[in-house]
Amino acid sequence: MSIPSKLAGRAAQATPPVLATRMRGLSDRTIAWAFVGPTMLLLLAINIFPLIWTIKLSFTNYRANRPNANVLDVGIDNYVSVLTDPDIWIAMQATAHFLFWTILLQTLIGFTLAWLVDRKFRGHGFWTTMILIPMMLSPAVVGNFWAFLYQPQTGLFNYAVSFLTGVPASSFEMIGSVRLAPWSIIIVDTWMWTPYVMLICLAGLRSIPDYIYEAAEVDRASTWRQFWSITLPMVLPFIMLAVLFRGIENFKMFDMVNLLTSGGPGSATELASITLKREAFEKWRTGYSSAFAIILFVAVFGLANIYVKALNHVKNR
Amino acid sequence: MKSISKMLPGVFALAAAAALGLASTAVRAQDKTITLCWAAWDPANALVELSKDFTAKSGVKMKFEFVPWTNFADRMLNELNSKGKLCDLIIGDSQWIGGSAENGHYVKLNDFFAKEGIKMTDFMPATVTGYAEWPKNTPNYWALPAMADAVGWTYRKDWFAKPEIQAEFKKKFNRDLAPPKTWTEFKQVSEFFQGRMIDGKKVYGAYLFTERGSEGITMGVTNVLYPMGFKYEDPKKPYAMDGFVNSADAVKGLEFYKALYKGSTPPGLTNAYMGEGLDAFKSGQVAMMMNWFAFFPGLYKDPNVGGEKIGFFTNPSDKAKGVQLGGQGISVVSYSANRNESLQYIKWFASPEVQKKWQAIGGSSAAKAVLNDPAYPKSSPFAQAFLDSMGMVVDFWAEPSYAQLLLAMQKRVHDFVVADKGTAKEALDALVVDWKKVFKDDGKSK
Repeated sequence: MSIPSKLAGRAAQATPPVLATRMRGLSDRTIAWAFVGPTMLLLLAINIFPLIWTIKLSFTNYRANRPNANVLDVGIDNYVSVLTDPDIWIAMQATAHFLFWTILLQTLIGFTLAWLVDRKFRGHGFWTTMILIPMMLSPAVVGNFWAFLYQPQTGLFNYAVSFLTGVPASSFEMIGSVRLAPWSIIIVDTWMWTPYVMLICLAGLRSIPDYIYEAAEVDRASTWRQFWSITLPMVLPFIMLAVLFRGIENFKMFDMVNLLTSGGPGSATELASITLKREAFEKWRTGYSSAFAIILFVAVFGLANIYVKALNHVKNR
Repeated sequence: MKSISKMLPGVFALAAAAALGLASTAVRAQDKTITLCWAAWDPANALVELSKDFTAKSGVKMKFEFVPWTNFADRMLNELNSKGKLCDLIIGDSQWIGGSAENGHYVKLNDFFAKEGIKMTDFMPATVTGYAEWPKNTPNYWALPAMADAVGWTYRKDWFAKPEIQAEFKKKFNRDLAPPKTWTEFKQVSEFFQGRMIDGKKVYGAYLFTERGSEGITMGVTNVLYPMGFKYEDPKKPYAMDGFVNSADAVKGLEFYKALYKGSTPPGLTNAYMGEGLDAFKSGQVAMMMNWFAFFPGLYKDPNVGGEKIGFFTNPSDKAKGVQLGGQGISVVSYSANRNESLQYIKWFASPEVQKKWQAIGGSSAAKAVLNDPAYPKSSPFAQAFLDSMGMVVDFWAEPSYAQLLLAMQKRVHDFVVADKGTAKEALDALVVDWKKVFKDDGKSK
């Protein structure tokens, strides 16, 4: 049985008998299809069809800006070109660096914040709201205003560093230095999305029943022991979920970085998605960029699948 | 011969029919609206004002779609590639002409020009080649030169005039402090101002284009490369670039631009283009600023740095002269449903009277009737510099693959100048490899 039929079958089973009786002349299956159909069509139109079309284009030399040119089948040439292009590998390295550090920092800081907020100190509700503000902002706005904050002459960030360390404010350029620029985007992403990780971790912390801690206290377990034996294992699936979400999001990070550094200086912060956008919509190498998009998709999809299996394993422990 | 009295009823009937016909045409024209697409900047506002005359004269209403420069190319090229009907008229960048002509986005205007008596010889030759022709240097016209522009320079006339600064400069360089005419002079002046305290504020030598994402650093570096001997290709052998793009002179030019960037610009100037330049100059940070002439009328009117405080000069020379061409031509979009009205607009816009008004209200005409007028050089403080620039402009590739060529240059130059990656020779050698690949893919070279 195909997946849509299975879904329709399940929907039919779930349809209340009263409703089915009311819709005289229509079978349960038909009614179920009527409900599921539009969604399925929408999914096919906006997800499945473009994916299949992209796969098709990835085997051609098609360029969207040359509608009158002959489109030739080039086999796997585009895939070979992508995988042997040193610039692509530089972009992949930049993406890996960005992914690793943002996820690590956001997880550590996010969990710590969640743990602190969960202490329920006075005014914790207010502080929770304050902490959540960055993630409510538009990435475009964040990219633009951090560009101002990072200005060596007038930016608050440089002044803050100068105030704390004594290093002259205009002696370093966060988004202009090849060494510092990759860190500048990590800092902004961490500032923006740590609250999101915190929120997920907080949900995890609050899902741990109090009686487990009470039992641990009866057993005279130290706070440290309680953390390692109760808190962390029970929150781990939530942390892993946060890591999965942030990983997928940051793998396709574009807007904030594009506005903050445009991928520069040179190509120091040119993440895979920026390279992809340039190839697809500035250079108009549609076939080539389709191949690159498929490679990225397979990489994210494959890694996410492996990760979800690990997540399920942790949950079922 | 029929008597006049017998003919009268027929004459009246004809006259009535003609009057009715004319009236209905006028009503139809009044119902028509055409959309003009351009970048969002000061000259676009001037064009809105100017176009009111067209509506008054023709009855055709005008709508405008202005997009910020940073998204202009993306937005408009997407529109053209998707055969969109948003724009009836488009004022597109000079580099788009090849692709738009070959892909059928623009209407070829030769027959229309011939029919309406519009002559390309009435416009400055550099603008005709740059904005209208494809293939270049052939009489195939796809646009009417609309907005003549080039890179120019502004300087702080009031700082240059300070006696103590003049005296110090003369003592150091044994010449008067004046707007630089050569790149060697430019470097001396910019380094002289770099880090200097003026009116209690630290200032910097010069503002240069360094933007990475679209076209900024290329539009900047070429102003040093052209005068120093960079050529896009062998003049005798098209698309042969070895020894031209990466010649010793070109390498010297690229190294010079980097030296200027490192030693004469404000900190943080790593991804800056026109807007940031205007900010830097208006806030009194820099002694000299590279920017497009199109912004100069606005700067001259600026209450803080305009008027007597600002001066203008043409791009410095070296072994040769050369400056980056900017500006655009106006084209009729092939997919427009209002082609006749759009052509009507072009005919109206091409007339010398309209061109004069266009210049007067903040546009920049390419018409000889305006620029060759004896009064023109004194019409504004930057008019002479603009005229001189139009005599030495060079444009970037206008091939259908210009975007690939441009992005390759953006990457190679930014990598070397801003990101300190490799040498100038390596950057230009890599650029030749990139460009050869593009032309090979296009079937234009082996």
